[in-house]
Amino acid sequence: MKAATKPVQRPVDARLLAIDADGELRDLPRARLAELFEPGDVLIANDAATLPASLAGVHEPSAAPIEVRLAGRPSLDATDVDRFTAIVFGGGDHRTPTEHRADPPPMRPGDGLRIGPLTATVRRTFAQRRHIEVGFNVPPDAVWSGIAAHGRPIQYAHIVEPLALWDVWTAVAARPVAFEPPSAGFVLDWALLDALRRRGVGFQTLTHAAGLSSTGDPALDALLPFDEAYELPAATVAAIAAAHADRHRVVALGTTVARALEHAASRPGPLRAGPALATQRLGPDSLLRVVDAIVSGTHEAGTSHYELLRAFADDAVLARADRLLEQRGYRTHEFGDSVWIERAADRLQPRSNLNTATLASRFGQRRTTAPFWMPNESRMRKPSRRASTSKSA
Amino acid sequence: MNTLLTLHPPLRVAITGGTSGLGLALVEALHARGAAVAFVARNGATVADVARRFPGSHGIVGDVARKDDTHRIALQVNAHLGGLDLLVNNASSLGPVPLRPLADTACEDLEAALATNLIGPFRLTKALLGALAASARDGRGAVVVNIGSDAAVTPYAGWGAYGASKAALSHLGRIWDEELRVHGVRTIVVDPGDMDTPLHALAVPDADPSTLKRPRDAALELIAAIEAAWPTRFGLWRGHPDTDLPAVERAVGNGAVT
Repeated sequence: MKAATKPVQRPVDARLLAIDADGELRDLPRARLAELFEPGDVLIANDAATLPASLAGVHEPSAAPIEVRLAGRPSLDATDVDRFTAIVFGGGDHRTPTEHRADPPPMRPGDGLRIGPLTATVRRTFAQRRHIEVGFNVPPDAVWSGIAAHGRPIQYAHIVEPLALWDVWTAVAARPVAFEPPSAGFVLDWALLDALRRRGVGFQTLTHAAGLSSTGDPALDALLPFDEAYELPAATVAAIAAAHADRHRVVALGTTVARALEHAASRPGPLRAGPALATQRLGPDSLLRVVDAIVSGTHEAGTSHYELLRAFADDAVLARADRLLEQRGYRTHEFGDSVWIERAADRLQPRSNLNTATLASRFGQRRTTAPFWMPNESRMRKPSRRASTSKSA
Repeated sequence: MNTLLTLHPPLRVAITGGTSGLGLALVEALHARGAAVAFVARNGATVADVARRFPGSHGIVGDVARKDDTHRIALQVNAHLGGLDLLVNNASSLGPVPLRPLADTACEDLEAALATNLIGPFRLTKALLGALAASARDGRGAVVVNIGSDAAVTPYAGWGAYGASKAALSHLGRIWDEELRVHGVRTIVVDPGDMDTPLHALAVPDADPSTLKRPRDAALELIAAIEAAWPTRFGLWRGHPDTDLPAVERAVGNGAVT
């Protein structure tokens, strides 16, 4: 795949590769996204606004220029800004690929940092030189105004022109708690929300502090994603319960939504509203308790985002999808094209309110829903559903 | 304020032009009622003074007319308040002072009035719409108030830049309302009447202040209009297009919602 190099959230020629629960692939204009939903389904987006989390500054002991990229904090609480996880580079900017960026000067706990109008202190260091914990030495309101005035959106070398905040905020952006954009949400506009509504599809949000996607250090990248705070509104919990009770699907818009929902569902008892910290990673062996399908950007094998997609579809299916993405010239990265992946039919979880509608049913076949009392094995042996319409692969 | 006061956490409100006139009176009245208040104004020292006067309020330095300030303002509003239920687009520019005929109004002066009175509120509403809609989905409801003027309705000679920009803002608000009410976000346009404010003094320097409404009274009327328009009792919409919001009566008269 080629990198999307223009910061356009909804290019008119955006593509959507849809993978149904049986592993069938369809290549569609992304403008047809709403058609993949059935009445009663609910789409859940991450409404985090993206912070200008790239902060140019100076490491006071060495007087060396640095770039601090804020990457996480313990909660979404507006006053909980005493400690941020951060990745630090030496001088330079986003136009140098992260893997070629200079390391920062050696840093020790207590070192002072000057960051525009803010002063900060290195609170902790870690095994990897680029990884620190940083605290600001001012009250919370001054932290926010300082970041707002001085920060820039984190960006990578594939986009040359500097990003503005409006480039990285989705149409539903609310609390500024994401460190990189929850970019699957770039597909959203208010016309799509209206189209979904007319179709009888629910729309809800959660707020998840999306962290960094790359640090340029393989050892650090292997630790991604870091822990990410999120908050689940009561209305979203209610909408999920209602959808599942009626055997409709819960569709996660982006990997951050899937991570948050599955983290919330992994805790004992029913899904609960409120704040929490997602600490788990989703991969091929993960149970999906809540999310029936995901809409995501395209991701390259080996990244943590791609690992998460392996929770939804088998490797053989993803490999076929990768080949098609390549053949059809799909664009990757945050302003790229999209995929829709239904949880594979053989990964259905023993959930009392199961729904097995697939993309095939969306395109003209009668929907087949296994009764919830059927044993799991029976559902797994259900006849394969094939759409009558032509497939792209 | 019955409905608004029952919100928990308390009503979260952002007010532009919050350091003088009607905006300051709104900051004071809503702060006194326990709302979480963020306000925006251009002058840093004045912002700091007002923030000190109302402990717990959040002052934000910014100019709604500047595109580059919009998202920085929205970021701080949402960070400080943790979300937003009520946005009051109050900051206004009179246009060229002293007032003059349109034929003597520079294009740049008209553009500047439009930037503050029309484009700025449009941009800020857009940037804060995600938070307002989130509040609506969570059952709290959300309202945007655009401050209108009788000069937006009546073509007063000399008030061209102000009147035209306020007329456009009023119509923009009505269209916002048509488009967003289904998402639980209401937009109202309120004409507060002629008030004893710095802006009015600029426009009509020899006016007798005793004939003008006190900003505090206008603020209380405005709060009543907001309360009347608040989208209460709309069901949390969970994917059924036939579930619509009840029509909201619009107040008429002074402090009119148009």
